[in-house]
Amino acid sequence: MTAAPVKPYGFKNPLIRWIDHRLPMFSYLDHELHEYPTPKNLNYMWNFGSLAGFMLVAMVVTGVILAMHYTPNAGLAFDSVEHIMRDVNYGWLLRYLHMNGASMFFIVVYVHIFRGLYYGSYKAPRELLWLLGMAIFVLMMATAFMGYVLPWGQMSFWGATVITNLFSAIPWVGDAIVTWLWGGFAVDNPTLNRFFSLHYLLPFIIIGVVILHIIALHRFGSNNPLGIDMKGPQDSIPFHPYYTVKDMFGLGIFLIFYACIVFFAPNFFGEPDNYIPANPLATPPEIVPEWYFLPFYAILRSIPNKLAGVIAMFGALVLLAAIPWLDRSPVKSARFRPAYQVFFWVLLGDCFLLGFCGAHPPEGWYVLAARLGTIYFYLHFLVILPLLALFERPRPLPRSISEPVLGGGMIGAPARAAPMERA
Amino acid sequence: MRRPMLALLAAGLIAAGAGEAARAAETPAPPQEHWSFQGIFGTFDRAALRRGFQVYKEICSNCHSMDLLHYRNLEAIGFSEQEVRNIAAAVQVTDGPNDAGDMFERPGRPSDPFKAPFPNANAARAANNGALPPDLSLIVKARAGGADYVHAILTGFKDPPPGFKMFPGMNYNEYFPGHQIAMPPPLSDGAVTYADGTKATVDQMARDVATFLAWASEPNLEERHYTGVKTVLFLIVLTALMYGVKRKVWAEVH
Repeated sequence: MTAAPVKPYGFKNPLIRWIDHRLPMFSYLDHELHEYPTPKNLNYMWNFGSLAGFMLVAMVVTGVILAMHYTPNAGLAFDSVEHIMRDVNYGWLLRYLHMNGASMFFIVVYVHIFRGLYYGSYKAPRELLWLLGMAIFVLMMATAFMGYVLPWGQMSFWGATVITNLFSAIPWVGDAIVTWLWGGFAVDNPTLNRFFSLHYLLPFIIIGVVILHIIALHRFGSNNPLGIDMKGPQDSIPFHPYYTVKDMFGLGIFLIFYACIVFFAPNFFGEPDNYIPANPLATPPEIVPEWYFLPFYAILRSIPNKLAGVIAMFGALVLLAAIPWLDRSPVKSARFRPAYQVFFWVLLGDCFLLGFCGAHPPEGWYVLAARLGTIYFYLHFLVILPLLALFERPRPLPRSISEPVLGGGMIGAPARAAPMERA
Repeated sequence: MRRPMLALLAAGLIAAGAGEAARAAETPAPPQEHWSFQGIFGTFDRAALRRGFQVYKEICSNCHSMDLLHYRNLEAIGFSEQEVRNIAAAVQVTDGPNDAGDMFERPGRPSDPFKAPFPNANAARAANNGALPPDLSLIVKARAGGADYVHAILTGFKDPPPGFKMFPGMNYNEYFPGHQIAMPPPLSDGAVTYADGTKATVDQMARDVATFLAWASEPNLEERHYTGVKTVLFLIVLTALMYGVKRKVWAEVH
């Protein structure tokens, strides 16, 4: 029954000591932030995890306030958004922060994902960490899609119609499922109501998965640009203050970018058509999803058969999630994998190509380019990655993280003790 | 300032703005005009806003509603409280029901929304050869090209090229998708008399009303711009400070 003897934490404030003895939240934070050993060689690509966390909080805060002024009714939703833009104090700011926040969140998460791909962060023992990240990604896409429907503009309405119609491709039960999703026989008020409800719910599920993601991360700690494990205290530094301050600097850079979009080009990522109220009788000339869905949209449209297109689109996500088992190379970082490094950049280019094709009507060379892009995407995961593990000759790995930094002879030097005491 | 930043962003995220390019292939892109509200320091030209409102009131508002605007909003573009009262009082609006349960007519108040020219969409279509004149509250944000597009449409009426088949009652416009627009050319030289003595050419009126409609679409643009400048300056200082702190904290690690 009795727990292990509690290690007394030297908090100076008696109130904090009193609370911490009964509810060890301060020692927990100290353990996870201050003591938590982090590889000392993380580059700026590792800022994007905390940036994603920042964006999640920013979206929840702005979203909760927007929900106080928004009306989820097909007849009122569009005007209620304009009421926020025109009559609510700083409503325009909240709405532009939230609207562009979705784009910022996806930019950050895409960098975070591709950083993981480049440095092999998904490899053992971090496979579950990767899968949890993929779960967050899928939840984010669902949340973003439903959020885009809420202003009830033309692109909201027709985007919702196109995307929900994807489920009609399921044999036998497809049409019944679509009717069930809509809550009727077309996208209408019941659809808007449930999308609002789910759009408010899903971010909190994302927060839950993010907590799991962080617990899994803290089990083995961060991967690093060399992709080798920390061999001892000389390879690590405490997360706080080193990475908290580095993350703050990165956050500043990111906020400057975010603010420039929000204040000087707030409709850059949007479609003009979404400032036209939804009209079920008038289809826009082109129905384009938000930019972050474009590569998937291109894969969907590159296959002439609807069911096969839907399978190919969701299959792309499945392949991404399955990469820990498709890439069998024991070397993590692309720095030591000369061939993988090339294919990584080709894959990134392929994703940009698919995104470019997704933004254009499927005509002319866009069709061919999207098809080649789709084939290559599948080829990368199903053929190139497994073969690389067999035929690639990795460069020799450094013996430890401190070796390349300190130049060999200084392994074990107390690079850590002195600065810690000052912090 | 806006264009280079957009170009920079476009380089990173080519796909985002690419939809417009395809549309432009069929219809020429509206010529890029210079607007007072462009750029990060852009503000609305007050005189142009006033003239633009006059063009809207005397010409456009015969067919086009602006449901999202209230007369009180006009104070933001330089009309005095008394002027706004007079503008509002010039229209009769339906109010009620009163204590007897009847609807009644009364002069407009500053708190009323702009009175629409037609009671409903069907009435608007019936009066306009079957076409529905769109509400103009958001027109600048709802069209690719924004104010450039509005200006281009208003000045883009031409005789159809030889051999171009027109539907009855339609008008040829260079910048309208498909080139056939139900709206007849709304502006002609001298159609309004500006109080400030500005010559009311078609181009001048188009420019003024596009400025007014840009304000109507984005009434908080000026506040957004100056808040943005202050925010970005603050963030630059904060980020520089953070960089200094980061360098100091990390000094012993490298």
